[in-house]
Amino acid sequence: MPFQSVSLRSLGRSARRRIVSAVLALVCVAGSVMASACGNEDVQVTGPRIRIGVKFDQPGLSVDNGGQFSGFDIDVARYVANKLGYSPSQIQFKEAPSAQREALLQNGSVNMVIGTYSITQDRKSVVDFAGPYFVAGQDLLIRRSDRSKITGPRSLAGRKVCSVSGSTSATTVKKYFPRSVQLMELSGYAECVTALVSGAVDAVTTDDIILATLASAKGDHSLMVVGHPFTKETYGIGVRKDSPHLVAKINEALREMIASGEWKRDLDAATKGTGFTPNKKWNPPTRMDAAVSDERVRF
Amino acid sequence: MRSIGYLLTHYDVLGAFGVNLQLTAWSVLFSLVLGIILVLLRICPVRSLRLFATGFVNLFQNLPLTIVMVFLLLGAFVQLRFQFSSNFSTNFFWFAVTGLSLYTSAFVCESIRSGINTVPLGQAEAARSLGLGFFQSATLVILPQAVRGSVAPLGNTLIALLKNSTVASAAAVSTETSSLMNTMIQYNASSIVSVFLIFALGYVILIIPIGLLTTWLSNKLAVRR
Repeated sequence: MPFQSVSLRSLGRSARRRIVSAVLALVCVAGSVMASACGNEDVQVTGPRIRIGVKFDQPGLSVDNGGQFSGFDIDVARYVANKLGYSPSQIQFKEAPSAQREALLQNGSVNMVIGTYSITQDRKSVVDFAGPYFVAGQDLLIRRSDRSKITGPRSLAGRKVCSVSGSTSATTVKKYFPRSVQLMELSGYAECVTALVSGAVDAVTTDDIILATLASAKGDHSLMVVGHPFTKETYGIGVRKDSPHLVAKINEALREMIASGEWKRDLDAATKGTGFTPNKKWNPPTRMDAAVSDERVRF
Repeated sequence: MRSIGYLLTHYDVLGAFGVNLQLTAWSVLFSLVLGIILVLLRICPVRSLRLFATGFVNLFQNLPLTIVMVFLLLGAFVQLRFQFSSNFSTNFFWFAVTGLSLYTSAFVCESIRSGINTVPLGQAEAARSLGLGFFQSATLVILPQAVRGSVAPLGNTLIALLKNSTVASAAAVSTETSSLMNTMIQYNASSIVSVFLIFALGYVILIIPIGLLTTWLSNKLAVRR
């Protein structure tokens, strides 16, 4: 209880000086963290293991079943790692929550991040992207019984929507959906699906591929994706800043994966039973140019 | 890299801290009332009431707050469809206040009980010999002295409560600081350190005065024996 030992009367000049120096120390620590992230050499993946940052909680895309990983992102990770010369047993999957992805790449905790990582201009200023390996769009997941009533964001007026707290999808709802739409923000999409099934909300919104895999994981055809994506999210593979050789190698692997048909087989397996087909105009991606996401909303 | 100035002008940081302060203020009110009721139950002569209060306090002291919040939201709201209001933001705000109050009341109870231990037994005996019953001696003699003796632990509980109010995001309160921090990181991945500094300093600025004030109050109010 540090505060209890400082009485207000004794908070003289020395104490004030101590507080100032403590704040300065904090700023210095922050400064050194930023400085350490500014290496210049081209980063290559070397060593006996490759560390890949993935999400642990997105059924169908990447999910951890007690050390057994599966999903579309995991399939992409394994394919790319294989092309870089790593067998599946040499891959170490690490959890990369959305808010920590850049930090994990910058401090070298992971060699690459494959986890519904939308390419944006701001992120490009701190990390490099290979890909895109998939182009998603924000869409709605609804109960199948509502399919005649809910056809897009406009038909949601007066209804309730769930998304993940702090996500870009939640921001889109606040900015562009009709004012009368109420938004529930939870910590994960699995919780949102619970709320959708129980009737507490009428729709769950995020990228279509995530929604499709959630519906697939539910397993009983009771949920469906509306199928009219209204944003464009390019999913890339994040690597440390200034690694053009690594990016080129990963892009090469992605092109092969798409050309060989492996890409389509893995995607179909991940969304089995939902009748979901990715937006044909954008998928499979043909140009590995790390195009930034287009977050303008078109209903 | 975006400057702290850019971040402060593009995001409602003050508003987010305001939500945390509102959550804290309501929770202080409810947890004090509930905490005092609990401490009365814990010292009352009826054994079953003492056992109930002991059970309640031990349960909520040992449950992680996140679990209390998630249970309230997914259990009470999503599954059982209990709601305070059909307006989502009002509804989730009061769920968060409920969770924070239940959780904090256990700590308030234990803080005041530690204050009761500073009241000499003779005070209770004197109250009884004057003919005061349990409720009268507790509210007129014991508790006033006990609360004055428990200002410091209550202050620590208040500090913990203010910091715990960020867990309201688990009850879907999306306008408070930790949710705003997530949003800011999502859109300003290049400025994580600035985002962190804004919120860290914000809490330091709020919490240091509370610590100083409660220390000062606990010296001023302590019963000199």
